[in-house]
Amino acid sequence: MIKLDSKIPKGPLAEKWTIYKETQKLVAPNNKRKLDIIVVGTGLAGASAAASFGEMGFNVKIFCYQDSPRRAHSIAAQGGINAAKNYQNDGDSIYRLFYDTIKGGDYRSREANVYRLAEVSGNIIDQAVAQGVPFAREYGGYLTNRSFGGVLVSRTFYAKGQTGQQLLLGAYSALNRQIAAGTVKLYHRREMLDLVVVDGKARGIVVRNLVTGEIERYGAHAVVLATGGYGNVYYLSTNAMGSNGSAAWAAYKKGAAFANPAYVQIHPTCIPLHGEFQSKLTLMSESLRNDGRIWVPKKKEDAEAIRKGLKTANDIPDEDRDFYLERRYPAFGNLVPRDVASRAAKERCDAGYGVAPTGLGVFLDFKYAIERLGKKKIEERYGNLFQMYEKITGVDPYNHPMMIYPAVHYTMGGLWVDYELQSTIPGLFVAGEANFSDHGANRLGASALMQGLADGYFVLPYTIQNYLANEIYHPEIDIKTKEFDEAEKNVKDKINKLMSVKGNEPVDHFHRELGKIMWHYVGMSRNREGLEKAISEIRALREEFWKNVRVSGSADNLNPELEKAGRVADFLELGELIATDALHREESCGGHFREEYQTEEGEALRRDDQFMYVAAWEYKGEGQMPELNKEPLKYENIEVKTRSYK
Amino acid sequence: MKFTLKIWRQKDSRSKGKFETYQIDNIPSDASFLEMLDILNDELIRKGEEPVAFDHDCREGICGMCSLHINGRAHGPDEDVTTCQLFMRKFKDGETIWVEPWRAKGFPVIKDLIVDRSAFDKILQAGGYISVNTGNAPDANAIPIPKDDADVAMDAATCIGCGACVATCKNSSAMLFVAAKVSHLAHLPQGKIEATRRVKAMVDKMEELGFGSCTNTGSCEVECPKNISIAHIAKLNREFLKANLEA
Amino acid sequence: MVRFIAKTTVGQKFWMSITGLFLIIFLAVHLTANLMIVFDDTGRLYNEVVHFMGTNLFIRIMEPILALGFLIHIILATILTLRNQGMRPEKYHVHKLGHTSAWASRNMFILGLTILAFLTLHIINFWVKLKFGGTGTVTIDGVEMENGYKMVSALFSMPIYSIIYIIAILGLGYHISHGFWSAFQTIGWSDDKWRKILTGCAYCYAIIIAVGFSIIPIYFLVK
Repeated sequence: MIKLDSKIPKGPLAEKWTIYKETQKLVAPNNKRKLDIIVVGTGLAGASAAASFGEMGFNVKIFCYQDSPRRAHSIAAQGGINAAKNYQNDGDSIYRLFYDTIKGGDYRSREANVYRLAEVSGNIIDQAVAQGVPFAREYGGYLTNRSFGGVLVSRTFYAKGQTGQQLLLGAYSALNRQIAAGTVKLYHRREMLDLVVVDGKARGIVVRNLVTGEIERYGAHAVVLATGGYGNVYYLSTNAMGSNGSAAWAAYKKGAAFANPAYVQIHPTCIPLHGEFQSKLTLMSESLRNDGRIWVPKKKEDAEAIRKGLKTANDIPDEDRDFYLERRYPAFGNLVPRDVASRAAKERCDAGYGVAPTGLGVFLDFKYAIERLGKKKIEERYGNLFQMYEKITGVDPYNHPMMIYPAVHYTMGGLWVDYELQSTIPGLFVAGEANFSDHGANRLGASALMQGLADGYFVLPYTIQNYLANEIYHPEIDIKTKEFDEAEKNVKDKINKLMSVKGNEPVDHFHRELGKIMWHYVGMSRNREGLEKAISEIRALREEFWKNVRVSGSADNLNPELEKAGRVADFLELGELIATDALHREESCGGHFREEYQTEEGEALRRDDQFMYVAAWEYKGEGQMPELNKEPLKYENIEVKTRSYK
Repeated sequence: MKFTLKIWRQKDSRSKGKFETYQIDNIPSDASFLEMLDILNDELIRKGEEPVAFDHDCREGICGMCSLHINGRAHGPDEDVTTCQLFMRKFKDGETIWVEPWRAKGFPVIKDLIVDRSAFDKILQAGGYISVNTGNAPDANAIPIPKDDADVAMDAATCIGCGACVATCKNSSAMLFVAAKVSHLAHLPQGKIEATRRVKAMVDKMEELGFGSCTNTGSCEVECPKNISIAHIAKLNREFLKANLEA
Repeated sequence: MVRFIAKTTVGQKFWMSITGLFLIIFLAVHLTANLMIVFDDTGRLYNEVVHFMGTNLFIRIMEPILALGFLIHIILATILTLRNQGMRPEKYHVHKLGHTSAWASRNMFILGLTILAFLTLHIINFWVKLKFGGTGTVTIDGVEMENGYKMVSALFSMPIYSIIYIIAILGLGYHISHGFWSAFQTIGWSDDKWRKILTGCAYCYAIIIAVGFSIIPIYFLVK
């Protein structure tokens, strides 16, 4: 049993972070030079953390599997970043952003963390602007905002439909500055395969050099994982092809608790699936829901005619269109949170009103917005998204509504961390999507960028010092110890094992099969029977994998198949943990919807009396049932209510 | 659909490479070019051959990782897209498709179709940033920026660093890439302060790393998946001249 | 500034542009002088122009500067082209540039070499003779001067020479069609709006030069 100490500072909610900063330990400048920090991942959280550590004077080593830090998947975030600036004078405040995030997360996140996130959100915008991030502006030269799902204010800053790209390039430029200054050393095309724990503390990592195939070891006084989420367990998701959960999984196996793995966000606005060969799903920014109206035909025969290509959307008159979100949720309409919008789309499609050829798709229509605002305004707001949609589907969204369907997008779950973002392994910090901390059971739109940058720029630079202050007595980490030897041996053994199966099926086959199991039984809607089935099917598939996978090529040079094989091997274990967590959580909350627990109207039914806790799973060895640890959630500054967007 | 593929195969950076021919059938027209390669690789693995290595990651046209010189064009025969968003419906059934890695002195081949683009990182490390430390930025609205300037900066900043400009340029020039960053920052008040130092450092680094000079042919902006205009190259030239006149 | 020229291609290109624009201005003067030949078939007007050019102090001063302009333009072009040649050690099997860029823009050095070859011939045939005699003299208003008109009409009476001349001039036109706007782009005087204007001007100017110079051999062929 791990002791879960969230280390929330004493004092009133609004002052906790200030109190923490004022009382934490600091490291003197001459000692910073002697301390090494490893950062794994170069997305928003990793790049911003590494740059900040470098500026402070620490020695930083940063790792990414891509050819450049700029490729990290934060780059693909489209819509925007939230910040409680209240530039629009529409009543926004730190408390309101905090409130919206807790509510949006269906009361399953930690108050103190979320409040801190809201508190530093404004600084992120300041920082980004100072770095040269070209956010959208009004003619007066001031920053402009848009609104996003689940909130009643406009607090989202954006740079066309490429906000993630611009913020990442900002963090990447800060990182570049530190690389040039010599405080940060970049290791690209390296994949972390194991964590090294010495005397109970994280002391280094073992990586594979993806170009030469060599296994390399690196030591440091602290390790930061900013390795993103595990959405690719589902095979098809909006994640990048290389996004994986292996670093987090390695940490889990070394003793870091994994929290709330079942909280997976299914994003409502993605381009529907079109074929078996498909390798990924493309997201269309949620910001489109600001001006687009979602509908399906009211009549089943119309839906069927559209599916068969006998009718098009434009043949359906307005009175025969069912704007089901506006109908079900008049207060928020098309801007309900993602989990609600996704389930509503599934409900309509399952009822036979879907419009894509597969039956899995609904319309997102801009006709009304174009009538209201003019084509030019819409083009200005969403031009690049419309172009992207047309490139992919061959349909012009100015004249014909887009077709969308939900897809796996983000994982709220992740490694358990305390208020300092430290995992249950001392010295191992986790930032960004890789941790579980701020979004509860559902993340609001435009909050992922906010969290990644908050962790990297404004939280870790403080909290890591509180840990490192005690490490100044420790000289440089020796990487020739038995712990490093052991970790390297583990890694090599696994690679050899993968290479020596020499079965008949390529890695992708297993990944695809896993994806199907996950999507059907552990997707938007779950039930006991399905989850139990999923667990047994995943186990069988895992067994089959180790008997029949074929990894071509060799381990001693660049080998994408081997990279994939290692990741899929981990997904095959992680998938089971997701299902296990989903099975144990006998309630519906946020992205986790259990069919057994719903209201008469089909809305999620939380069971606060039994499940108002964070489920932190502890690894107990291969083939053993992981142990459940509970961190109770206490709400002292917010009234816990049933989430309603009606 | 059915295709004959001529794909560059090269074991590693030290080996000599050559074209291999592959026949592929039953490709859906709405598969992307990379999905077509996935299908080919699946077949190769099942046949016991080594699959084709190519760079890719986000597959939605923004990470800049995918490359490929297809039938003589960077990112293939469609306009304003990366290879991951190039769809097979853009090809004729039965067509022969030549697939080559980016070729430039500054981008050595690592394996098959994968090249090393770390030169781009090095150019940006030389000065592609604004020197501001974390935590002390003034309020974001403290300095208003004219919308037109912000928009031009945004257009330049959309560069994804894929390297298509270098790949297509007859001189393997990296000017569009460098200019995009110089122009992005030079259009913002925050970036103007270091403009002189930045443009000199970045141009010096670009030349050191083995990229050709710009002869204003304009191929780069046509092949650029993000449609970045060579007007930014004029801006770089202007900034460079200004920086040297000041010095 | 020395470092600027010596060390970077961007700097070298700057001087290419400055010299190029200078040569473009020179061409305008040259063409104006040349066209005088068609307005007076006695040759008197043309000979007077030739004499003026040969004796005017300003033109005398500009002559070595012009030569220097040519020299810098040619040397830098050679340095840059040789450097660029080395930037793609392994060539593409297929490299399609036809519809992404103008032919002239990709072949400036070849066009330049064509012009240089013609320039050499031109200098031997015209300039050397005018300078050092060999054209015979003529007296106009009591002033003895080189009979340039006689020399020109003699040269253009050879159709082969006229054809070479026209081909070279077309090459020059192509060279200018890219060089004109490219020079402005390189010195930084261009943006999306100006590019349209400048490329328009470049084509107009290229046509004026190509047609203007070609009029002379055609005039003699027809005559």
